[in-house]
Amino acid sequence: MASVNRHVLPGFSLALGYTVFYLSVLVLIPILALFLKAASLSFDEFVAAVWTQRARAAYLLTFGAAFAAAFINLFLGLLLAWVLSRYSFFGKKFIDSLIDLPLALPTAVAGLVFASLYVQKGWLGQYLVPLGIYGAYSRFAIVLVLVFVGLPFVVRTVQPVLEDLDPECEEAAASLGATRWQTFLDVILPSITPALITGFALAFARGIGEYGSVVFVSGNMPYKTEIAPILIVARLEEFAYGEATAIAVVLLVISFAMLVVINLLERWTMRHER
Amino acid sequence: MSVDVVAERPRTVPQAVARRAQEDPLWLRVTLIVAALAVIGILVIVPVANVFVEALREGLGTYFANLFGDPDTRHAVLLTLTVVPIALVANTVFGIAAAWTIARFRFPGRTLLTALIDLPFSVSPVVAGLMFVLIFGLQGYLGPFLRRDGYAVMPYLIALVAVVVAVVSFLLLRPVGRKARQGLWGRTWIVLPLLAVTVFAVVLLPQLYLEVWPRNESLKIIFATPGLVLATAFVTFPFVARELIPTMEALGADEELAAVSLGASGWQMFRDVTIPNIKWGLAYGIILCNARAMGEFGAVYVVSGHIAGQTDTMPLRIEKLFQEYNLPGAFAVASVLTLLALVTLVAKIQLERRVPSTAKLFREETHERPQ
Repeated sequence: MASVNRHVLPGFSLALGYTVFYLSVLVLIPILALFLKAASLSFDEFVAAVWTQRARAAYLLTFGAAFAAAFINLFLGLLLAWVLSRYSFFGKKFIDSLIDLPLALPTAVAGLVFASLYVQKGWLGQYLVPLGIYGAYSRFAIVLVLVFVGLPFVVRTVQPVLEDLDPECEEAAASLGATRWQTFLDVILPSITPALITGFALAFARGIGEYGSVVFVSGNMPYKTEIAPILIVARLEEFAYGEATAIAVVLLVISFAMLVVINLLERWTMRHER
Repeated sequence: MSVDVVAERPRTVPQAVARRAQEDPLWLRVTLIVAALAVIGILVIVPVANVFVEALREGLGTYFANLFGDPDTRHAVLLTLTVVPIALVANTVFGIAAAWTIARFRFPGRTLLTALIDLPFSVSPVVAGLMFVLIFGLQGYLGPFLRRDGYAVMPYLIALVAVVVAVVSFLLLRPVGRKARQGLWGRTWIVLPLLAVTVFAVVLLPQLYLEVWPRNESLKIIFATPGLVLATAFVTFPFVARELIPTMEALGADEELAAVSLGASGWQMFRDVTIPNIKWGLAYGIILCNARAMGEFGAVYVVSGHIAGQTDTMPLRIEKLFQEYNLPGAFAVASVLTLLALVTLVAKIQLERRVPSTAKLFREETHERPQ
């Protein structure tokens, strides 16, 4: 639709040139520098930096917490998307717009608030801490704040699919004698599965890289509550640039793999929609 | 065609039945709504309320004292207000250029370019900051040079910027029609190199001759404002472009083609046709970009070096106050950023009302085409 002869509309070479230039200076060259620096390490050094016990604990926590948070978000997101697309109630628009708040709220603010809410004297901590639930300075705290940060993703991928779902499928299921629960499991769920997985992957990817909020709530104790980005910063502060770079490369490669997976999933979703 | 389909439905399936099939029992509806309200309440509303209550706990007087009385906090606000606009302008210009390229033309590598624009979203902010430290830091690739005689690059850099501005204005301002391009306008490939060399020389030579820039002095990028700008620009890189590409694709090129065929120059077409068409999409992208830039923490944390009163932006200031157990101070700064987030949300909703969301536009088109 928009394919236009380059000789008719002006500015192709100018715009392309500037785009590629700015992209290279700001994104490609820095990424290249990271890989160059990592390549300057010998293989043994690289492994020694990447595969220490502390680093392994950090990866495990990063991926574990991000996975747990994304998994919880799968259910919370489905619930919110369902309620927002199917029911009408007082204050629905308000709730709908609040879903995006975690994207607009600076992560440092989120971290600060969650750290103060769940400590013993905090608004929620005063009830939870006596029950033995520590929502601050623990692994649970990391999951909690990642749930907050990743909340919008599942909702925003599932909501439009639910709204577009053809009512006739549900009518057909109902007229064939399916209960509401059967209709949900066998008719609705299969058609929103791709969107659910995409939302999950987006929330997971976001959780892996998250730093600003986690640094406030985790307490940053090595082996216990130290996620990979915090470990990178710790190595940097010891001026161990090589080790920091090695860990960063591991994180980056995994993030890129996630990006590829998300793109494939989105393509899959698109095909399902048609 | 689609109208017919809609009109047919009541005849085949009564509307009441259709609605009943999609309706859940009352108890389920109430339970789910209450659960959803509880989730939003605990995860979003309580934290936001908590920010303002904590910030105002000791009264308005202390609140403003916390916000404006502390020189370091004041400086953090000013620094954020310097860094963010620069990054914003850079990314907006890039966003427009990228959207123009990708939405208006087909060329080899277009898909790759589109994918590369999204790349910064998948890079952890800390890793992004580390990249710039590796290039510009003292142990980095350019670090030793920058430390020895960093300002030596400035005359060349400025001359280069001047060349780019000159070439861009030449390309944009010349008329498009073949007839109008007579004399110098027509001979682009002679004029452009000459223009570039002349501008470069004119800008460079006086700077070198007058020794405008200090010699043998280090230029700080990491642990200084330029590093903060770079890190912020990296992290907020895709926002404007991502918003503009679908907007421009949905609009189509017809109006621009009309403008050009009527003899508008590139700049006239851009100013009078493109910008008015994309302005709301552009505003939307800029608002999202701004919110992220103001709140960026991880990338900025790595490149700033945390020198209080010098390289602390607002989010970094929050962290420092938090570490110093100055919670009222931290919450005072946080309340400003929260207010900004709320304003962003309101603006976003207003804009979504103005532009029927691009995704919807897309969907309508794909639905109607095959019929």
